[in-house]
Amino acid sequence: MQTPRFLPCGDSALTVEFGSAIDPDLNGKVLALDALLRASPPAGVIETVPTYRSLTLQFDPTVTDYGALTRLLEETVTSLQPENAIGTRWRVPVVYGGEYGIDLEDVAERHGLTPSQIVEIHSGAVYRIYMIGFLPGFAYLGGLDPRIATSRRTHPRLKVPSGSIMIGGEQAGIVPMEMPSGWHLLGRTPVLSYAPERDPVFLFTAGDEIVFEPINASRWDVLEKAALAGETVAEPVRA
Amino acid sequence: MTSLVVKNCGPMTSLQDWGRIGYQRFGVSPSGAMDRRCLAMANVLVGNTPEDAAIEFMNLGGSFACEGGELQVALAGAGCTASLNDAPVKANTTIILKDGDTLQVGHARTGSFSYLAVGGGFRIEPQLGSLSFHPRSHLGGLNGAPLKAGDRLPCQPGAPQGGPMHLPLEPLEEPGPIRVILGPQDDYFTQQAIDTFLTAEFTVSPQADRMGFQLNGPRLHHAKGFNIVSDGIVDGHIQVPGSGLPIVLMRDRQTAGGYPKIATIISADLGRFAQLRPGSPVHFRAVSRDEAVVAARRMKEWIAALPSALVPLCFDLTTERLLSTNLIGGMVDALAPKVPDHTA
Repeated sequence: MQTPRFLPCGDSALTVEFGSAIDPDLNGKVLALDALLRASPPAGVIETVPTYRSLTLQFDPTVTDYGALTRLLEETVTSLQPENAIGTRWRVPVVYGGEYGIDLEDVAERHGLTPSQIVEIHSGAVYRIYMIGFLPGFAYLGGLDPRIATSRRTHPRLKVPSGSIMIGGEQAGIVPMEMPSGWHLLGRTPVLSYAPERDPVFLFTAGDEIVFEPINASRWDVLEKAALAGETVAEPVRA
Repeated sequence: MTSLVVKNCGPMTSLQDWGRIGYQRFGVSPSGAMDRRCLAMANVLVGNTPEDAAIEFMNLGGSFACEGGELQVALAGAGCTASLNDAPVKANTTIILKDGDTLQVGHARTGSFSYLAVGGGFRIEPQLGSLSFHPRSHLGGLNGAPLKAGDRLPCQPGAPQGGPMHLPLEPLEEPGPIRVILGPQDDYFTQQAIDTFLTAEFTVSPQADRMGFQLNGPRLHHAKGFNIVSDGIVDGHIQVPGSGLPIVLMRDRQTAGGYPKIATIISADLGRFAQLRPGSPVHFRAVSRDEAVVAARRMKEWIAALPSALVPLCFDLTTERLLSTNLIGGMVDALAPKVPDHTA
């Protein structure tokens, strides 16, 4: 495994890069450093942003700088142990197929499987949230079973509805709000991962885990109403 | 309640402050004023702190009515004109609005972004710690929406304090190329691409908004592909997608992205860069981290010293006269020649 690198991002930020792959251990180190810096932020550090394989630190250049921070972090980052299973495991209810997941049958056909086999495989995995980005609350999930990995659509859709449960390549995601996407829609959850008026505003955080629970379409209306009324609907479960 | 009522405004008119800090980990862009220097000037003129929220205009102005009381406002930025009940009033001065008055803000003439600050600020609840409007997050402004005709912005009550003031200076800036620090992914580019980036002339394309400025110019060649595993983005990052044409990422940028970033504009030059209009030429110069920190410190001191540069409007002194009497000697960058306005 490569030694961590410090990359300058102008005068007010730097990125600590642990590697170049999407890998649970690399991501675990990112989250471990993030947790450490959040617990005791060095003077001048304003914000830390974890992504797949690196952590970006934003700082006030009149208080601290690249040199001071790299000296401070040099030893820490090389001896860091990956922090795994640090987050919450969430059970997220999903209505698969039909109007809720308009690509389910197509994805099944591509892989020579039945829709119910796709549902079984998709809902049988534990997904790790590597990072949140692109949009508020959009969780990039790792852990998709390679048997159903599906390259992205040739023509991205301009709008996919909020709550869409989708897959793109070897990634999986939960759509926080209506957005454009070229990923395939397998189902939909009433869970709102981002709700500006709710406490908590954001449901998921990097390092959390997701399991999908197939539910019957008859439960949609009740759960959607609860979600819109400010309930989380997703339930925390322990591993 | 005293309110500022929007009678009309351009589509890119919004409330912006220093930005939304601490939520990038949840995918929320920081947003905030495109030119903090001008936001600070408008705020200081009405007795606010430099970081307070103001109305940001992009190119087009707007018309505002004062209702229910008296307000002190000030306009600073891209050389726009203004009129109060059809009589011309000056930017960089405090303007008193009485109940029923209409303030008309003209379009930008020398840059893109202008700011209208209101003494005491707005009585609007911040969302995630900021009033900055961010379209994709539906956060900030009035209920997560851009400003539009009919919006009523409640303002802090109370009589305006002090007499009208004037701020006889231009936004601090270093002339010459826009300063950058190479990286974080300069190793993804050929040496020739880096040389080209630092010597060629680029122009700001019409695709320039609060998210990013697309540049036209020579194409920059990647040495090892143009896809990276998405990593963190900061304001001023210059990313180069497969087209080879750089895009400067601005305040409403996403929080992470998968194109290599050849360089980053230093914080002290970001406001000046934001004021470049489509078609403006732009050059880049690489500087050391130390030079960038010196520039950042100078900018911070310039903003902190703005209140001491205020002069009562009744004197109506010219900039030249003030400079000659050295009243604001501490405010002027002694090393850099003075530039009359901030277009290229």
